[in-house]
Amino acid sequence: MQDNSSADGAAGVVREIIATFPSGRGSLIPILQEIQHRLGYISPESLKTLEQLTGISATEAYGVATFYTQFRFTRPGRHKIQVCNGTACHVRGGAQVLEEIERRLGISVGQTTPDGQFSLERVACLGCCALSPVVAVDGKVYAGMTPKKVPGVLREYADQGARSARQEA
Amino acid sequence: MERLRERRRQAEARWQALMSGPESVFFVGAATCGLAAGAEAVINRLQRDIERYGLKARVVRAGCLGPCCFEPIMIVRHRGLPECCYGPVDADAAGKILERHVMGGELCGEWALGVMTAESYGRVPSFWDHPMMKGQVRRVLINCGVIDPEDPDHYLARGGYQGLERALSMSPEAVIEEVLASGLRGRGGAGFPTGKKWQFARAAAGSPKYLICNADEGDPGAFMNRSLLEGDPHAVLEGMLIAGYAIGASEGYIYCRAEYPLAIRRLETAITQMREMGLLGKRILGTDFSFDLHIKQGAGAFVCGEETALIASIEGMRGMPRPKPPFPAQRGLWGQPTVIQNVETLGNLPHILRNGAAWFAEVGTPQSRGTKTFALAGKVARTGLIEVPLGTPLRQIVMEIGGGMASGKAPKAVQTGGPSGGCIPAEKFDLPVDYESLGAAGSIMGSGGMIVLDEDSCMVDIARYFLTFTQQESCGKCVPCRVGTRAMLQLLENITKGLGRPEDLQQLEEIAETVKAGSLCGLGQTAPNPVLTTLRYFRREYEEHIEKGQCTAFACRKLVWYRIDPERCKGCGVCMRVCPAEAIDGEKGEPHRISEEKCIHCGSCLTACPPSSAAIYRESGDLKRIEARRQLAATTS
Repeated sequence: MQDNSSADGAAGVVREIIATFPSGRGSLIPILQEIQHRLGYISPESLKTLEQLTGISATEAYGVATFYTQFRFTRPGRHKIQVCNGTACHVRGGAQVLEEIERRLGISVGQTTPDGQFSLERVACLGCCALSPVVAVDGKVYAGMTPKKVPGVLREYADQGARSARQEA
Repeated sequence: MERLRERRRQAEARWQALMSGPESVFFVGAATCGLAAGAEAVINRLQRDIERYGLKARVVRAGCLGPCCFEPIMIVRHRGLPECCYGPVDADAAGKILERHVMGGELCGEWALGVMTAESYGRVPSFWDHPMMKGQVRRVLINCGVIDPEDPDHYLARGGYQGLERALSMSPEAVIEEVLASGLRGRGGAGFPTGKKWQFARAAAGSPKYLICNADEGDPGAFMNRSLLEGDPHAVLEGMLIAGYAIGASEGYIYCRAEYPLAIRRLETAITQMREMGLLGKRILGTDFSFDLHIKQGAGAFVCGEETALIASIEGMRGMPRPKPPFPAQRGLWGQPTVIQNVETLGNLPHILRNGAAWFAEVGTPQSRGTKTFALAGKVARTGLIEVPLGTPLRQIVMEIGGGMASGKAPKAVQTGGPSGGCIPAEKFDLPVDYESLGAAGSIMGSGGMIVLDEDSCMVDIARYFLTFTQQESCGKCVPCRVGTRAMLQLLENITKGLGRPEDLQQLEEIAETVKAGSLCGLGQTAPNPVLTTLRYFRREYEEHIEKGQCTAFACRKLVWYRIDPERCKGCGVCMRVCPAEAIDGEKGEPHRISEEKCIHCGSCLTACPPSSAAIYRESGDLKRIEARRQLAATTS
């Protein structure tokens, strides 16, 4: 993910994205998906640019986006943790795994750690039910999770973050 | 047409060379499930060793073969030996198998699930005789796990696009007749006859017409569509071409959930390959049939599995359903006639067109023909993706294919159909799995999620779990669903906390019937099923929760108390360290105590307590404490 923190940069990216889609209402959700993919979340600035370029009002677009669980409206953490809450994961202790992650990170579902390292989501089903309970970090799926395995998984990413931070410095 | 046939001849030659040539081949199951189990490490190790030893061998990233519980799985093909399936294998096992099977020329019995031939080989039995495979009939899944889903030649060599060829040589009406005669019913759950739906759409006035593949597999606990899309994407796409031709559609959409990135990638690859082969675009294979395909990513809304909500979502709106009629076959996407089919329905079509309606109807029951895939998961010993003839008894699926309970405990129920389905109790396991029998038992076939529950699963908790889901996913458009699911959930939450009242059960039933009768779409109409079936078959458990404050499965946390036996506690302090609520204290070497005020009933201490002490135990049904809680709730409300 590039850093497009300035509003100007974001507007440029949104402009670029919209240019690649056919005009028409059917492109709204794919455009929002691409904005989130590139910028990490749907910001008020992005919606304003979208309004200017497509004529779909920001409130209308926001109304559509908030209907779907995929969209987020705050800046996400560097690593996205998705805890599966599917039926198979539920009956095999997924809730305990989630609690342990919340406890270790000190955040609840939907939040981001203060250092911007992790954001935590609960998803309906990752489709790996036979290996339940599962957790995905940045799309990598961890099978047969237990509360005991949580620290090890988190460490993989925390270390990575610290390393790249050192490299940047 | 001739171009495709020429391509198939080349593909067959390539496949032949792969299957009997001098090169050894490792087919590694690399679907999402296989990767989660560690397939990447296996592939890396194989590639490293192939290079290190200078072997003439290659690794193929295949889809999911089905028995996910044995993943990572690989099939090894080496000249002079029968193909052999191994699992579970980690990187080290893969390295050893490479040395012994490929370099040493012997099968490795300790990792072998079976040889892929019908007969056993020496002491290694046939894979198809494995208890998990024996009752299965693989039709839709025939290619999953045994081909490279990103190589169209593999699909072509195994009869791919022959169904399309035959369809294009027939009139669209004749294709519809063939599908009608096969008895194929929608595999998304409701079981509407596919051919009939096509007749409506074909007869409907309006052009263009659209075909939509519903790959928004939103049921928690279901992964049949994901496996098929990842393992054999061309089969689904060929099905779309056949359906598109039959109804007279010129454009198709695949609505696939964003949680399935690998499936989306495989579809994109396959669509590009189809264009290269002249299977998409204008005048396909030189006929008058023109058709094109688009992928739309779902954005995470369960209700978009409902046809009219899905259409609204593709149109860029909030995914809210609308009243029917008009049905989508008359007025669907952009107001045009539209047919929506489930992934598995489409996956059946190439086989029906290639082999004929009579072949399809050979298995199954008179009302429910063909096979059905199921995602078998939960407390069962062997989990994975299976395919069985419709009408197979539930008992055979759970006890033979699934191998009974992993815990060795007694099975309690099977949940079918996800949030729209219900729980079938163990005493009804002789039930044949078909649309009508499951419906009569209060559940539904659904898309194929099958979650097995044992004694440790609480049925009230399961009902609460599903209601939490449907309540969150209710779009809010109609009152019965929006308010009714919330009211039911509130009652269920109270019961699981010990705050239930005897009259709650009747009220639950009344609300459930109202929601069922009055909701606008399938989500609301079926949302009460988990509650109604558990009330019907497991009422005693509800009563225990209400009358005794007891959860015998120890699943309803608020009804479970953890205690330390001072006689057994050695004061090691392990429980104190894991307790997230700091509810345990005690001096080192002295028996510890749990503070009831602070305890959050999470059970971490019970899991952590060393087996040598086994000092922590749990109890449920403490009426005195439940009474106090009820009084507190009464005064604060």
